[in-house]
Amino acid sequence: MNKFTTLAAGLILTLASPALAEKLPKLTVYTYDSFVSDWGPGPLIEKAFEATCACDLNLVGAGDGAALLTRLQLEGERSEADIALGLDTNLTAKATATGLFARHSTNTTNLDLPIDWADDIFIPYDWGYFAFVYDNTKVTNIPNSFEALINMPDDFKIVIQDPRSSTPGLGLLLWVKQAYGERASEIWSGLSPKILTVTAGWSEAYGMFTNGEADMVLSYTTSPAYHIIAENDLTKSAAKFEEGHYMQIEVAAKLASSNQPELADKFLDFMISDKFQSIIPTTNWMYPAVIPSEGLPVGFDKLITPSKSLIINSNEAQEVRDEALAEWLTELSR
Amino acid sequence: MAYRTKPLRPIQLIFSSSAFALLLLLTLGTVITLWLHADIGFQLLVSDWAIIKFTIFQALTSATISILIAIPAARALSRRKFKGRQVVLTLMGAPFILPTIVAILGILAVWGRSGYVSEFLQKIGNDPINIYGFYGVVLAHVFFNIPLATRLIVQGWTAIPVEQFRLAAQLGISTSGIGRHIERPMLRTVVPGAFLIIFLLCISSFAIALALGGGPKATTIELAIYQALRFDFNLAKASQLAMIQFSLCAILGSLAIFITKPINFIQGLDHEIERWDGNEIHHKIFDILVLLIVCLFLFLPLFSIIIRGAVPLFTLPALVWIAALNSIVVAVISAFLSVGMAISMSIFIIKMSYKLPIMSKAMEIISFLILASSPLVIGTGLFILTFPFISPFTIALPMTALVNAAMSLPFSLRMILPAMTNAENQYGRLADSLGMNDWARFNIAIWPRLRRPVGFSIGLAAALSMGDLGVITLFAPPDVATLPLVMYRMMSSYQLTGAAGVALLLVSLSIILFWIFDRGGRLEHKIR
Repeated sequence: MNKFTTLAAGLILTLASPALAEKLPKLTVYTYDSFVSDWGPGPLIEKAFEATCACDLNLVGAGDGAALLTRLQLEGERSEADIALGLDTNLTAKATATGLFARHSTNTTNLDLPIDWADDIFIPYDWGYFAFVYDNTKVTNIPNSFEALINMPDDFKIVIQDPRSSTPGLGLLLWVKQAYGERASEIWSGLSPKILTVTAGWSEAYGMFTNGEADMVLSYTTSPAYHIIAENDLTKSAAKFEEGHYMQIEVAAKLASSNQPELADKFLDFMISDKFQSIIPTTNWMYPAVIPSEGLPVGFDKLITPSKSLIINSNEAQEVRDEALAEWLTELSR
Repeated sequence: MAYRTKPLRPIQLIFSSSAFALLLLLTLGTVITLWLHADIGFQLLVSDWAIIKFTIFQALTSATISILIAIPAARALSRRKFKGRQVVLTLMGAPFILPTIVAILGILAVWGRSGYVSEFLQKIGNDPINIYGFYGVVLAHVFFNIPLATRLIVQGWTAIPVEQFRLAAQLGISTSGIGRHIERPMLRTVVPGAFLIIFLLCISSFAIALALGGGPKATTIELAIYQALRFDFNLAKASQLAMIQFSLCAILGSLAIFITKPINFIQGLDHEIERWDGNEIHHKIFDILVLLIVCLFLFLPLFSIIIRGAVPLFTLPALVWIAALNSIVVAVISAFLSVGMAISMSIFIIKMSYKLPIMSKAMEIISFLILASSPLVIGTGLFILTFPFISPFTIALPMTALVNAAMSLPFSLRMILPAMTNAENQYGRLADSLGMNDWARFNIAIWPRLRRPVGFSIGLAAALSMGDLGVITLFAPPDVATLPLVMYRMMSSYQLTGAAGVALLLVSLSIILFWIFDRGGRLEHKIR
């Protein structure tokens, strides 16, 4: 059997392994799955960077953002990764504490974020607001706050994601906490009957929504841009909430253990350059961290603009998260 | 008795012990790895006990209901002959191999707020149904597991020698008498094992339980493990929870094996099953009704998957087809590995049972552990173990094949071990007294009785491997993917329509693979 396994393994490897790349320096970037997929920014970014760097850019998908950090923690200093791309501000404090990341040397003064950015390790490459997305041909009475959502008719249902296993799920948890503080429990208790179900990941929830199972789904304000631009479908909109919307800022950083530190710095510079940033809106469906020279693509102008940007300081995120999660579990388990 | 006392040949010993070693490595080995890797200790909290209680309760309920439905369904399938019976049997394998996300959307297409059932109810003026909650979890698990339970129990019926039924008919024993004297003892040998398998499958469910359970009330141990690993990076907690899953498995496994009462049917002549009982009209109506309901229940969600996937299936990009090829290669290799391991383990367990019956039972239980283990723990454990020595990317596909093979081993063993035990009991001594050498003995006395279960097991293992996301997520290099991985990637990039096409492709390929091997096992099944 052992012989057989080795033989089989060898066969598959020969079939599957790509042609050996010529001896260019290799920069390995760990990121989340949807970034490297053929429908994500990965392939275009790889082409664009390789055109300038005389290097081989190796983008590796490692599950979602949280899985990415776990992976790096498991690999420790022996990791092949030079860059981690795809953590968000809820994870940066925890990531910094691992000591695996190095300071950057990139000039971040020209970022177009709704908030000030001062982090000497992590650099943002895109951002978005969490929001509830609905079908504007079916929902006419649109809730404009969590309290309005609580007061919607009994048969109005939303699907959300579990904060323990999903980034948007965690975003919603912190959104409610930041907007309502002490009242967060009360809000969750009010929302509870409106929640059709909680899914483990974004895909299940979004799939349920597009199949007509729920009236609204937790996603991003930029989700309708996908439907408008890629599918020419104008029926999806995001509901604007008066409390403001919680932000997700996606960041990247250089690993301290990188054996290509200069190339890694070059990539981080490239990441907030016009080329990279112009690819982001219509592939990752988020706002670019720096508005590209030709502006945002047509279709983004139809999106809602929150009146207030909510975000919890990354140093407090961990503590707030644990408290908010306990409240969430208590209220939704009743 | 010559054969029985003969020691295992070295080659057999190597095969079977490496199979056991692999199982132990993937189950206890990965958990211990996590434990050793943890730098903080951990104590279970009160809330964790609530999760454990929910997990056990939903699994017990789901397994009980699945079995209660599967018994009449299996009886109907084994005593009725009708056109399309084989098609039904083959298609019945489908729900079991669906990737969780596809199953969730398929079940909701029927039972959801905007599903077929609600639509119908609203048309006749009723409220739509709400399945989210405990019932939803059980419904989904029953949907998943009826087919498996039915197949395992049908196999039990097929194992009854036709002479038994002929004798019963000659003696004029009534249908209920046949139930009492032939069928019930048979069920007692098959049902405990089937129950155990389904219970364990329901224990390690996570995304389905959560989505249909309607919220964090429906948190299973598996979700707690996911949270511990991904959210808190608490390896100690993850390994402790995984140990709880194993303990549940060990307790129920011992119980199931204790309850199982092996029967020895008097040797038959291996003719095809023919039945003279159950011909009264009310039996026929009952069987037809049972089959109709079960088929509707199982096939409507599949129907929705076909409807959604049919159009995008024809516009799938090339990389999907490459991934499909990877998946097929991995599936076929892991299926043969799995069945190879099951056969060598069966030989080992049977030989063992003559000398050390307790050890032999313990090994059977060990083979079930893998069902109770968390894929995430296995993946993470293997990752920690292999990372210092080899880049995970270079072993992604072989690793996936190996883990998938181990994952389907309990099913293969459940099919092959009883068949081999029976063949051994009935023909073993005869073969020995004829002085057959090992090869002739296996080829003439044992193999013909193994063909069917082996064909079924290879088919099932291949199909399971096709649909399983498995460990590839942790090991996949950028340019190598399997079909489920491509499907998940498409879904997370808004490509929901395309993903529906991939789902249909996945289900079709799995069924075809299953059909090919299952049929291969049944060809020329009349035994000399």
